[in-house]
Amino acid sequence: MSKQSFSTWYKSGSPWVWLNAGAVSISVVMVVGLLLLIAVRGLSHFWPADIMELSYQEPGGEAITLIGEAIETEVVTALRLKMTGVDLPEGQVSAERHLVKVGNRDYFGLDFRWINGPWVGEINYPENLVSVERREWGDFFGYLMEVKQQGKIVASGDDAWAELQKRLERSNNLVFEIKKIEKAEIGNINHGLEELRLRTRRLELDGVAAGSVQHLEIEQERKQWDVQYAGLQKQLSDLNMALNRDQMIIKMSDGREVEIPLAKVVEATRPNAMSVWLKIRTYGHEVWKFVSDDPREANTEGGIFPAIFGTVMMVMIMAVLVTPFGVVAAVYLKEYAKQGPMIRLIRIAVNNLAGVPSIVYGVFGLGFFVYYLGGNIDEIFFSAALPAPTFGTPGLMWASLTLAILTVPVVIVATEEGLSRIPRAIREGSLALGATKAETLWRTVLPMAAPAMMTGLILAVARAAGEVAPLMMVGVVKLAPALAVDTIAPYLHLDRQFMHLGFHIYDVGFQSPNVEAARPLVYATAFLLVLIIIVLNMAAISIRNRLRENYKASEG
Amino acid sequence: MVEASQTSILPAPGSPVALRRRAWRELKDRLARYGVAAGGMMVIFAIVLIFFYLLYVVVPLFHGAETEANSEYKTDYQNATHVTLNEYNDVALMLTMEGKARFFNANDGQLMLEPNLPLPTDTKISGFGKGASPTGVFSYGFADGRALIFKQDYKISYPNDKRMITPLIEYPIGEELIVLDPQGKALQLLSVQSNEEQTTLAGLTEDNRLVLNSLVREQDFMDEDLFTIEQTTAEIVLADNLQATHLRMDIDQRELYLVDADGFIAYYDITDVASPQLIQKIKAVPSGVDVTSIEFLTGGISILVGRSDGQIDQWFPVRDENNNYTLHNVRSFNDQTTAIVSIATEYARKGFLALDKTGQIGIYHTTAHRTMLVEPLVDSDAVIAISPRANGLLSVTSDGQAKLTLIDNEHPEVSWHSLWEKVWYESRDQPEYIWQSSSASNDFEPKFSLSPLTFGTIKAALYAMMVAVPLAIMGAIYAAYFMSARMRTIVKPTIEIMEALPTVILGFLAGLWLAPLVEGNLPGVFTLLIMLPIMTIVTAWSWSRLPSSFRERIPDGWEAAILIPVVIAVGMLSMMASPTLELWLFDGNMPKWLNEVGINFDQRNSLVVGLVMGFAVIPTIFSITEDAIFGVPKHLTVGSLALGATPWQTLTRVVLLTASPGIFSAVMIGLGRAVGETMIVLMATGNTPIMDFNIFEGFRALSANIAVEMPEAEVASTHYRVLFLAALVLFGATFIFNTVAEIVRQRLRTKYSSL
Repeated sequence: MSKQSFSTWYKSGSPWVWLNAGAVSISVVMVVGLLLLIAVRGLSHFWPADIMELSYQEPGGEAITLIGEAIETEVVTALRLKMTGVDLPEGQVSAERHLVKVGNRDYFGLDFRWINGPWVGEINYPENLVSVERREWGDFFGYLMEVKQQGKIVASGDDAWAELQKRLERSNNLVFEIKKIEKAEIGNINHGLEELRLRTRRLELDGVAAGSVQHLEIEQERKQWDVQYAGLQKQLSDLNMALNRDQMIIKMSDGREVEIPLAKVVEATRPNAMSVWLKIRTYGHEVWKFVSDDPREANTEGGIFPAIFGTVMMVMIMAVLVTPFGVVAAVYLKEYAKQGPMIRLIRIAVNNLAGVPSIVYGVFGLGFFVYYLGGNIDEIFFSAALPAPTFGTPGLMWASLTLAILTVPVVIVATEEGLSRIPRAIREGSLALGATKAETLWRTVLPMAAPAMMTGLILAVARAAGEVAPLMMVGVVKLAPALAVDTIAPYLHLDRQFMHLGFHIYDVGFQSPNVEAARPLVYATAFLLVLIIIVLNMAAISIRNRLRENYKASEG
Repeated sequence: MVEASQTSILPAPGSPVALRRRAWRELKDRLARYGVAAGGMMVIFAIVLIFFYLLYVVVPLFHGAETEANSEYKTDYQNATHVTLNEYNDVALMLTMEGKARFFNANDGQLMLEPNLPLPTDTKISGFGKGASPTGVFSYGFADGRALIFKQDYKISYPNDKRMITPLIEYPIGEELIVLDPQGKALQLLSVQSNEEQTTLAGLTEDNRLVLNSLVREQDFMDEDLFTIEQTTAEIVLADNLQATHLRMDIDQRELYLVDADGFIAYYDITDVASPQLIQKIKAVPSGVDVTSIEFLTGGISILVGRSDGQIDQWFPVRDENNNYTLHNVRSFNDQTTAIVSIATEYARKGFLALDKTGQIGIYHTTAHRTMLVEPLVDSDAVIAISPRANGLLSVTSDGQAKLTLIDNEHPEVSWHSLWEKVWYESRDQPEYIWQSSSASNDFEPKFSLSPLTFGTIKAALYAMMVAVPLAIMGAIYAAYFMSARMRTIVKPTIEIMEALPTVILGFLAGLWLAPLVEGNLPGVFTLLIMLPIMTIVTAWSWSRLPSSFRERIPDGWEAAILIPVVIAVGMLSMMASPTLELWLFDGNMPKWLNEVGINFDQRNSLVVGLVMGFAVIPTIFSITEDAIFGVPKHLTVGSLALGATPWQTLTRVVLLTASPGIFSAVMIGLGRAVGETMIVLMATGNTPIMDFNIFEGFRALSANIAVEMPEAEVASTHYRVLFLAALVLFGATFIFNTVAEIVRQRLRTKYSSL
């Protein structure tokens, strides 16, 4: 093509084509940018960032020392700075502003601090700066001075670090043991006592008078539990005594020296002294802790294991419910029902239900499953526990059921599509050989449609894993006291409430008191959720593509 | 062959074994048929159930009231002047002008208690006054200007797990009489209110003076049983020819209403009892019509005026621009035709019963402006009482004939009017759309207007569609028609995978990342929106000016790839230029500048929601549009191109026209998704139910409202059912959008196959 004038170029429609191309570019940039944003912010959180020590002098004030991690930097106009009480020198229109995580929330009030670029002095990265991850009050930054045992100094100066690591290992083991006793054994006793209470109540309901043999038996058992409980209490208090043995003395940026009991410390690191290899190892360790630990401090610290577990449990139960029903409905619609306007109508309705807002399913689940079905189940089977509801309250089962109803159209549509792709010849061949319709279905059609069902199921699971709005009504909680699976019969507790990754994001991001501190964790959780869902969708897409090729071969 | 059949593992045809096996197979086939049919029907039924269950919960909202006669009996007393009914519809109190009080079983009239009121022997009762129903306070006024204040109460105990109610009479300020009129004239009209701290009495004497007496109880700090009572009195002399008919004081002892025979209402402010102020005197009825009854609606803000022509008007003080309060007739009920003789207001809701001269009882609700029922239930000379739970009506005629009627009136608060139209709520200056479902106070007027919420949903969807529709449709046109096949295999799944991205993540990013970013770089965001198309055209034009040897290195259909760096560069430059622009144009702070020119700015606003929700909807629209355009039969486009049309002409004149129903259905489905989206609107807006199209302000959407309020709504309450109604509205809206889209799409499919 030779060079054209603008008007002929315009007339050729080229600008419009380019504008359309621009729309694609914008969409792609947004998608990729978003995924990158989540990935970078989510993954960088676990990297043991260097801790800086900087001197900071506000005009008219004294120079102070700050210790912390650099979080982000932004450029702000003078006027906006003025609103926050900062006056820039005349002529300067904007300045850099840094967000620094200074930690030590219990002493400084806030973990984070905005500092203004122009007033920052010298920045150092001393190797012996320590970052302490605590069980309460967030991170602590400072210089390790001494390690103490019951108030007596056992190591100080350069030896303190090695001594601290040794003692931290001991205290963490003790914490683990205490947790084990509290969760498993005391939980067991509580369960036993609750069981006894319900038995007593049932006896009352049956009209058995107090003082009867059954009542005495229960009393006997209660005494046994009490004895066991007292023993455990003793064990616990011994362990707690042992745990409270060690302390460390650490110097903060403002020169104050504070004592931190090792019982409150998860781990202590010296990121500035780490080699890259060690940092990578620490990174792996941190990621593992994130996915395997329980949350701490109103979910803003620690791991998200219960949320992962809850999501997986809910999705699994949902899959078990949704697959058979979805497939049966699809087979009925495609193979058995007489094709007519009625079935067309039903098909449209089913298609449409996939587009009905998820919150509507949540409302339905709350009203119908929780209050109506659950309430009735309680009255019939769990009358002894009333008025405390067993199933008449949001829980795992109702959440799974609600999501099953929400995703059943997905499975139906996918399975139907798979069934309609199977060439007629295969069905007719089977029937011609004398097989009944059921046999044809079971032996030839369904196996061939299996990948389609699989696709439907995966899509359903992907949708269920990311759905939050309906769950907020039918069973998800901020913090579940216990997992849905444990060692107490019947092992799987469908009536329990559970935690969920998506809700965790909402809750920590919007309901927690210290959003700034929790934000990196939310990004990490979001990244995990996105990863799960994208992997599931990719799997569904690749199965579908393979399926299409298979049929192309058989049709050809 | 013979041998083969003999050694076959199959039994010989016709043998019993074969027959049995065939029967068994047939049975299995039939079982499968029925099993699958039953299962399939069940799933379909379960799906349909959603709609019907929502409907089932919502429908009771629109039921009228129903009554059921419970019992009728004769009591010994005649000429009762007032009756009350207790919470459980089982104990009633009757008071007569002779000063007799009698508690009786409301179901059979059996006497329970007949307390002796400390009536003076030297004078006669000349007037009776009552306080707001929930307080149960009454007063007798005597011919010598004194008054007695007493109060009904019920003690509930559970001996043997059975409820036992013991009625009793209490004296809030002691058993002594109070001298209301120091001049000792007979008290004709009387009104009383009493609470823990203060008791106020207002009376009209036979010589037309309004006398007030307020007793404030001052608790001793040291000793609980010690207290002093401080009295304040006042007197207003009324015109001689004024014939007062009704006197009412509000429950907070701040307002006093006096009605006269000429139909005037005098409205006094008695906040300071010592100096009562006449605020307004207004003619409440047209001439020829009389005021026949007046009563406070619960809460003590509105008065209900029953007229001789059967109309009932609701009045309350409204504040004008100068902060002055004047009475306004807010709404009227015209469903009864004869004079309203008495009005009984509900204890907890803004509803009331009205009895007219022919014995018709009307049940009304003020906020909803709804007449629940008008039925001839009692005799016209009866006195009526409504139970605190508004589920029982007791009427006692002058000859002592009593009748207890049960009322089923669960949800009077909701009507088409209160849900969708402007409602003039108590203490508001004008009719408004308000959603405010709950409050700490007991006599709160619930404001169930779905209009602001629906408006919020529409606003969100609108802004989202403004972002999504152009991007998605243009992108789909390019992807389906111009893009090279290889690029398509990468781009299409990339965009489509976004459809599966959990919206909670988008909402979180919108609220915590994008909202502050947009607030900090507002000029940059608008620069970006303007510069993107301009820079695209500029790039395209410069590209066409490049030497063809360079241009040919990149094949056709890769324009989008060339533009990606342009988009990124424009984005970054816009953000970098933002502070400078802000300084030039908006004095360095655009949100503040907006506030100064009168546009409210919230950090979590509709712009953020529009961007993010638009982003969430793009994949849906993109994917369906792309399918529709790609599905346009090739011979149409090839024919057009062969006739000499450019690709762009072919696209606009042939392809888009053919695919337009598909594009329409894509937009509809996208709209359905935007309307129902919950997490993004929940997290990215402030969730305040305001009605304003300002892009810099938030809103509260139906879906977010359900998510926020549903967990705390009491089961089967009106609030709970209204939230179900909101869900039903969402369900209906998306169902309509999707059905229209689906039908259009199916017709398109048949059209393509016939082309």
